[in-house]
Amino acid sequence: MNTSLPQQTPEDGAPQGAPVKTPKQRLADYRWVVLIAIADLLVWLFWPTQITPVILNTWDYLVEMVVILIPVAVLMGLFEVWVPKQLIGKYLGHGSGWKGIALSLLFGTAPTGPLYAAFPVAGMLLQKGASPLNVVVFLNTWAAIKIPQLLVETNFLGLAFMLLRLGLTVPSAILMGWLIQKAIEKTGGLDLAPDKPQRVV
Amino acid sequence: MSSLLTWSTYIVVFGALGVLAVRDRAKAKQTVQVAVKSFVGIFPSLLAIVGLIGLLLGVVPPEAISRYLGQEAGWWATVMATLIGAVMYIPSLVGFPLAASLLRAGASIATVAAFLTALVMVGTVTLPLEIRHLGKKMALGRNLLSLLFAFLIALVMGMVLQ
Repeated sequence: MNTSLPQQTPEDGAPQGAPVKTPKQRLADYRWVVLIAIADLLVWLFWPTQITPVILNTWDYLVEMVVILIPVAVLMGLFEVWVPKQLIGKYLGHGSGWKGIALSLLFGTAPTGPLYAAFPVAGMLLQKGASPLNVVVFLNTWAAIKIPQLLVETNFLGLAFMLLRLGLTVPSAILMGWLIQKAIEKTGGLDLAPDKPQRVV
Repeated sequence: MSSLLTWSTYIVVFGALGVLAVRDRAKAKQTVQVAVKSFVGIFPSLLAIVGLIGLLLGVVPPEAISRYLGQEAGWWATVMATLIGAVMYIPSLVGFPLAASLLRAGASIATVAAFLTALVMVGTVTLPLEIRHLGKKMALGRNLLSLLFAFLIALVMGMVLQ
């Protein structure tokens, strides 16, 4: 099923958000790092007393982030393998009412990856007849309250911050979905492109 | 708190991976591959953000951070933070250490919450892609409402937590 290449995405047939990158693009990803390093160098040259706090702060945050990111990355792997994206599409299309909202919330918290990876899934759901309300709840849950993200949030900002934002985001997402659904109904339905885009650019 | 969370996360996650490795080697291998891919994928942004945090905390005096992003800056700073979060294009995971560094340096809860909530929910750079998949009504509606709600959520958080 999989080759031995470490960069291989799981073969679940669902659209993967990011395209495969060439080595040149991978290097280009580091352009901001190079800029920051140049800025650090300038601080060292022109404001030498401040270079120690700069380096120490950078190092502290790097360690803190890497320590939490290792289990979070494995958790993302577990979710991706156990909850493939086409499974989400299969179940989410069917629920309606509060059951649909609950399913959308549930499926929104499990996946990983950036929000743009959710657009093809959401588009497919709309085309299969899922309600705009459910799709908005799913998208905003995916965006704002994914479980791996909540772990990182708790680590850096504390449990109270995380729980309060979670508690405010869930009703907001449902209210937003309801408003959008009403607006779409009032203005004559969805305006989806007639031909379904095949793959994310 | 955070170290307790970290250690429990390690135990639960690697425990689950261990169980999976015994029961289904292929899936465990796939899990590790996805994990490595996620980590490698986010690493450039991670390095850039911690570099930015280092510069911010090392060069910008805390008084400046609290003057422009703290309580005294008022709701205007919260509006700006919402807009900056909306247009910034960084992985949401690395937004959290950035937000934490600002909070620890004196920014207000409302401002930090506005930045984070807008960062995760609103996608300005990815808007054309969203329109292509979901249509204009849905994509614009979701982003504009998310912008508004990010601001409202932040105001409530500021009132409750500060």
